[in-house]
Amino acid sequence: MSAAEAKHAGINLGDSDRETHEKAGSEIFGFWIFLMSDAVIFALLFATYGVMLRGTAGGPSAADEYRILPAFIETLILLTSSFTFGMASVAMKHGRGLRTVLAWMVITLALGLGFLAMELRDFSTMIADGALPSRNGNLSSFFALVPLHGLHVAAGCLWLAVMLVQVPCFGLDKRVKINLLRLGLFWHFLDIVWIAIFSVVYLQGLIR
Amino acid sequence: MNGAISPTILGRLEWLSLPFVRAWQNPTPDELIGAGAATIVVVGMAGTIALITALGKWRYLWRDWFTSVDHKKIGIMYVVLAFVMMSRAVVEGVLMRMQQATAINAPGIVEPDHFAQLFSTHGSIMIFFMAMPFLTGMINYVMPLQIGSRDVAFPLLNSISLWLTGGAAGLMMVSLVIGQFSTGGWSGYPPYTELEFSPDVGPDYWIWAVTLGSIGSTLSGLNFAVTIYKMRCAGMTMMRMPLFCWTTLCTSILMIFAMPPLTVATAMLALDRYLGFHFFTNDLGGNMMNYANLFWLFGHPEVYILILPAFGVYSEVVSTFSSKELYGYRSMVIATMSIAVMSFTVWLHHFFTMGQSASINAAFGIATMAIGVPTGVKIYDWIWTMFMGQVRFTVPMLYSLAFMMTFVLGGLTGIILAFPPLDYLVHNTLFLVAHFHNMLIPGLLYGMLAGYHYWFPKAFGFRLNEKWGQLAFGCWVVGFYLAFMPLYVLGAAGMARRTAEIFEPAFRPWLYVAGIGALILLAALVALFVQLWVSIREREANRVDAGDPWDGRGLEWSIAGPPPEYNFAVLPTVSGGDPFYTSKRNGDAYLPPERYENIEVPKNSVVGPLLGVFSAATGFALVWHMWWLAILGMLAIIITVIARSFIRDTHRIVSATEVERVDLAWRDKLFASRSISREMETTSANQGFAEVAA
Repeated sequence: MSAAEAKHAGINLGDSDRETHEKAGSEIFGFWIFLMSDAVIFALLFATYGVMLRGTAGGPSAADEYRILPAFIETLILLTSSFTFGMASVAMKHGRGLRTVLAWMVITLALGLGFLAMELRDFSTMIADGALPSRNGNLSSFFALVPLHGLHVAAGCLWLAVMLVQVPCFGLDKRVKINLLRLGLFWHFLDIVWIAIFSVVYLQGLIR
Repeated sequence: MNGAISPTILGRLEWLSLPFVRAWQNPTPDELIGAGAATIVVVGMAGTIALITALGKWRYLWRDWFTSVDHKKIGIMYVVLAFVMMSRAVVEGVLMRMQQATAINAPGIVEPDHFAQLFSTHGSIMIFFMAMPFLTGMINYVMPLQIGSRDVAFPLLNSISLWLTGGAAGLMMVSLVIGQFSTGGWSGYPPYTELEFSPDVGPDYWIWAVTLGSIGSTLSGLNFAVTIYKMRCAGMTMMRMPLFCWTTLCTSILMIFAMPPLTVATAMLALDRYLGFHFFTNDLGGNMMNYANLFWLFGHPEVYILILPAFGVYSEVVSTFSSKELYGYRSMVIATMSIAVMSFTVWLHHFFTMGQSASINAAFGIATMAIGVPTGVKIYDWIWTMFMGQVRFTVPMLYSLAFMMTFVLGGLTGIILAFPPLDYLVHNTLFLVAHFHNMLIPGLLYGMLAGYHYWFPKAFGFRLNEKWGQLAFGCWVVGFYLAFMPLYVLGAAGMARRTAEIFEPAFRPWLYVAGIGALILLAALVALFVQLWVSIREREANRVDAGDPWDGRGLEWSIAGPPPEYNFAVLPTVSGGDPFYTSKRNGDAYLPPERYENIEVPKNSVVGPLLGVFSAATGFALVWHMWWLAILGMLAIIITVIARSFIRDTHRIVSATEVERVDLAWRDKLFASRSISREMETTSANQGFAEVAA
């Protein structure tokens, strides 16, 4: 078994850092499993949204209320942030120096925060228009699914902020590297969930 | 005395939330029972604290147990938790039987509302805080030893799981003393558990206790699965693993995928209750059926989460005490995996009567009957394992035999329930109650007790008393049949479950028999505790220092009992199934290692206990609407996790000389032990060194 052999799905460190690579196998695999478990939660919320589409009780549905343009811009922001995080991971893997890694992480964090700010503005517009989650089941399921993704992004941003402290503190040591790999998976996972949200929730609302 | 005491600080807590105050104002038997239960909790807690203080053991407990991340200690703590919670839930079960036996055209001993709390806590505790901790503890202790690993993949996460479960169990206990518990049953069906019908704190206690417990279980499942996939010793291929590891793997996979639906269901119910969402309300587009589907999407795999580890224990026990290789190992593995997959395809049979079409019911009914097939395969495999073996009727073996007979009976009534037209007749009756007790008592409890007797000498270095074990076993079996067979009759006769008062005098004799059965079950529990007490007192006579009291087959028996914290002085290499049994026969067991090396072990951590306390405090605050405490608790959780990520010094080294010293000391005891034949294994001659016929 060569050291460079892939030990887990995603970016492996075998080419550049064998010692961390040896340890990363079970750590990253464990995180994949966590993500799968988390994916079940989202899947169930999608299903709930699907079955509650008609539960409007004479009130507005989420599809009547959200605006597609900001959602589209949010999609672009989040996809871009996944790219920038990818750049941070690549820089970390190939030892491009702390500053490069940090720079890409800061950009990612900024994009993440931008996404959250826009999303919060969307929600407040909806709420100001009277589309509260307590209005009907349709809105309840919308406000469980989409903000849960937002909450994940917020957790990701907090995690990024912590890593922004840890990278200068400890340098790119074993634990920092493994943590960045995990954060990367988390961040890309949120992207995938958002793509599902954009398609199933937002675009579906357009075709009715 | 009415109204909230201090809404800003104590939320909606009132003086009348305390059962003592209620009993003082209104001393009915019902309130006195409530206050009495609360007193037991308070006095028990105070007594435990006083005892630990008097013995000066706080330091020891904190350093050697509470902050430990050693999988063996965590496993033992889980099992202790399970026994404590089991004691409460058994008493509640007995109380319910007493109520139904006395409430025939009479009010009985407790009020209907109190009775509803009893069946809700009994069910919730037995599933989430007895069964789950018991099997999680058993897996924790045994599985890493069996696959030849030094620990689980994520030791700290393991401690966090334990303390989340502990915190959740704490919430259950607090609900006895402050406020009241849910009256909505263990499944907490809305809309009844919505604010409209249950505005009290009960469902909130249920929501947060179950949520914490389910998060803990998800994390445990993740931990075990990664451990099995990644931490097996050299040569331990998947198909060489002891069957207990296979059932652990399947249970873990089920935990990973089946606990999230529960978390989603309870979280949605919480959103309904706290923020006015409309997931499951009767009005404004809510749909209770979503809850039923989500809950049972968890609930049915949960049945197999509970039963599979017990299947694993039986496989180990039957094989060991028959001195034979497990018959049909491969078919057992396939059956276990099939059960795990099929368990996700049958959830709808929990609500055949709730409105779907006959064809959907038929599909799920057929799937349900089909899942009996792999289970049947297992039963035959165990029987064939015993066939022509040297069967010894030790206590674990007695439980295994009782299981095989009783479980098949329960399976047959399961087939009846799986048939939708028959289910329409007996659903929501005591027939169902009898059925699931008939599955879970042999299918979980007997298995865990068999495992407890089987691995106890490994964990503590001495055997449990055989006589008291047999007595407890007899009580569990006789008590079970007396308590639950009458319920089949009553259910078939139409007696609804969860009935606080009965108006059909013809039910009386059956209810009396069931009541006697319940008392015998209580005696069984007492016998277990007496057995533990007696065994501890006689421990010197029953030591099995050499570590192999039963002529065991797996790697766990190849080391000292109790094992050192790093388990194996040198990680083993295996070349087949039943590695230790084979190497004893080949004469290459107990070979001293060529050299000893430093071993890195994880340091203790306060993170687990802290997260447990903070999350329980948050849950409590949410129950009582003490918003400041809830926010504080959540912040404390986040800060703890972040602070931990900055701690770099997380491991320490056990030096090679220390490892050598401990190993040689054990080897001295081993070679001083007398090897014994299997006829003598339940006598004091058993020092844990098995005689091997050449």
